[in-house]
Amino acid sequence: MSDNSHLAAFVRTEEAPSLPPPSSAAGPIKWMRDNLFATPANAVLTIVAVLVIYKVLSGILPWMLAGVWDSPSLAACREILDGKSAACFAVLTERWNQLIFGFKYPVDLYWRPAIVLILFFAAAAPVLFFDLPRKLLVITALFPFIAYWLIWGGSVSTPILAFAGVVVGYLVYSRFVAQNFAIGFFGGVAAALIFWGIGGAVLPDSTIAEGAMRSVPSRDLGGFMLNMMLGVTCVSLSVPIGIALALGRQSSMPLIKYVCVVFIEFVRGVPLITLLFVASVMLAYFFPPDATVDLFLRVVIMITLFSAAYIAEVIRGGLAALPTGQYEAADSLGLDYAQAMRLIILPQALKISIPGIVNVAVGLFKDTTLVSVISMFDLVGMIRGPILASAEWNGVYWELFGCAALLFFVVCYGISQYSQWLERRLATDHR
Amino acid sequence: MKKSVILGALTVAGLAAGAAAAGTLDDVKARGTLNCGVTTGLVGFAAPDANGVWEGFDVGVCRAVAAAVLGDSTAVEFVPTTGKTRFTALASGEIDMLARNTTWTFSRDVDLKFTFVGVNYYDGQGFMVPKDLGVGSATELDGATVCIQTGTTTELNLADFFRANGISYEPVPIETNAEAQQQYLAGACDVYTTDASGLAATRASFEDPAGHVLLPEIISKEPLGPLVRHGDNEWGDVVRWTLNALITAEELGVTSANIGELGSAAGSNPEVNRLLGTEGSLGDMLGLDGGWAKAAIEAGGNYGELFEKNIGENTPIGLSRGLNAQWTDGGLLYSPPFR
Repeated sequence: MSDNSHLAAFVRTEEAPSLPPPSSAAGPIKWMRDNLFATPANAVLTIVAVLVIYKVLSGILPWMLAGVWDSPSLAACREILDGKSAACFAVLTERWNQLIFGFKYPVDLYWRPAIVLILFFAAAAPVLFFDLPRKLLVITALFPFIAYWLIWGGSVSTPILAFAGVVVGYLVYSRFVAQNFAIGFFGGVAAALIFWGIGGAVLPDSTIAEGAMRSVPSRDLGGFMLNMMLGVTCVSLSVPIGIALALGRQSSMPLIKYVCVVFIEFVRGVPLITLLFVASVMLAYFFPPDATVDLFLRVVIMITLFSAAYIAEVIRGGLAALPTGQYEAADSLGLDYAQAMRLIILPQALKISIPGIVNVAVGLFKDTTLVSVISMFDLVGMIRGPILASAEWNGVYWELFGCAALLFFVVCYGISQYSQWLERRLATDHR
Repeated sequence: MKKSVILGALTVAGLAAGAAAAGTLDDVKARGTLNCGVTTGLVGFAAPDANGVWEGFDVGVCRAVAAAVLGDSTAVEFVPTTGKTRFTALASGEIDMLARNTTWTFSRDVDLKFTFVGVNYYDGQGFMVPKDLGVGSATELDGATVCIQTGTTTELNLADFFRANGISYEPVPIETNAEAQQQYLAGACDVYTTDASGLAATRASFEDPAGHVLLPEIISKEPLGPLVRHGDNEWGDVVRWTLNALITAEELGVTSANIGELGSAAGSNPEVNRLLGTEGSLGDMLGLDGGWAKAAIEAGGNYGELFEKNIGENTPIGLSRGLNAQWTDGGLLYSPPFR
């Protein structure tokens, strides 16, 4: 036996401390080498991209940071800048209310649309995030009536009548739906219409001329508020109509099928701007001058029909993507058509259609700016018309349109992020 | 059968619209407000200010008519119209009159069935060039690049003018006035051509207005005026003579400053007395009360005052009177007498 401790001059008794990796294989340098300069071609692209970004930002940032935020007019703003090239954001601060609410909404009533916006988030939350308690849907059900009352003002009896009509319709629906879905549904709609017809005839004129809840005519709505109102109303109306059209197009009843096909193909074959002109100009010829349907309502109907036709085609794609086995499974369980659709087919088809529906919704929201060509003052209409035509601000372009682009981007990016979350949340297949 | 039902419905709708439009003056009085069509915004001519109150030269005409008919210059519902919706809005009865820098042409008067009641601004197509170009007349523009809005009469006028003078040009087609300003400032064209009032307003918005000049040549006639529907001559008379009252007031030296004094009692000038209703019964003939013209002038001043306040030389737009001076000053404004 030998004693190793005497033979060896040095014995390590503990592990040597590990050295940090070489700087070329860790940290930001490695990350850059892997991601930015992996190959010569990548390196060239990176350098070009950095140069472009630098060029753009070095132009924009000084322009924005040196911007003037307080000035009564473009001429005054240029005096402050004194020859420097920088933004005159003062137009945004001076005309902010007009950009948001239009130029005719009464200034002392701005709190009404503001409340509606807050309520909108409360009403949309339970629909968008279905983990929230279902009782919150009460807010959603009441929201359209409260929003109508707050934005347009007038007597509270109108929204109450509208709400009562919906309640009557729902009662009829729930009385008959156990027998047959179609009887319940159409019976409910008919009951609500009859109730509204009688109520509308009995109810006195609901306009109020004075005070905090005075009436505001549709013509006085404007600004980004108008875009939001059109977008929200039309999207929420066109999804159910689109579903009905998609199902109708697949129906085995030839009459329903061809009505749906003709409607969808006609509306998709016509530019939206044409429909808007029909709404604003042509319809005026068919009504006596003082009995026209409200312009806002006409525009809502046209945009809703337009987007419903697109959504119908998106959902038809979702229906077509379902394997036939799903339909047969529903049949074999003994479900009737309405039950099969509600319980088996549509939940799957709608899930498949989410990206398409969101795509249509984002496009629709941006299309609401087209109403500026029929002299409604939405955000773009306000910029192109009154603000650029005022003696103070004629000649300001980048600041105004940049602001409009930013507002739209915020909303559209929000919608897009929500839809991606929804897709992840609904992903039940284990891919 | 189906067709006849539709035609019948159309006829009824048409009759209803016609019946309602038969007495515009009575309609306006019953309604208590005047529905006046204006642009969605044109610098100096019509635009809402920061408080949402409409201001401008065309707006002044609307307010004068409202004051003459209703006695209240604020009883106007301004209906903004675009170049595409303006004529249908008037024809369908949505508006009672249109004061929207609209050129009086044969086809609009005869074919579209409107009555132009007069001219409140004589415009014409002009040219703007940078001062550095050193051009003093449009005839020196041989070989120039010209920014021009496509599909307008200005395009045709331009071609005519250059051909008549035997010189060449290169057109740069653009879509809107805003685009034209950017193109012109970026140097994409040497010359920008559109209506002279528009050129003046555009130049006023530049950072360096003094660096650009308007050439003296005016190559087309663009008489702009208010218009009403055919077939309601009583209403047409009201609008026509309200405009004439504003013009005559300037000619006779009646201003918003001295109208209170002149209108309180009959003075030495009989035409002033007839105009302001202290003598004669011109208002009754129009179906208005005797002080109609007084109210119209008080609304925003006489023609000259409206001009100076909205588009005159002391405003950013800085238009000189030019053709729009009184006939006594060598201009074209010539109101028929109040007699």
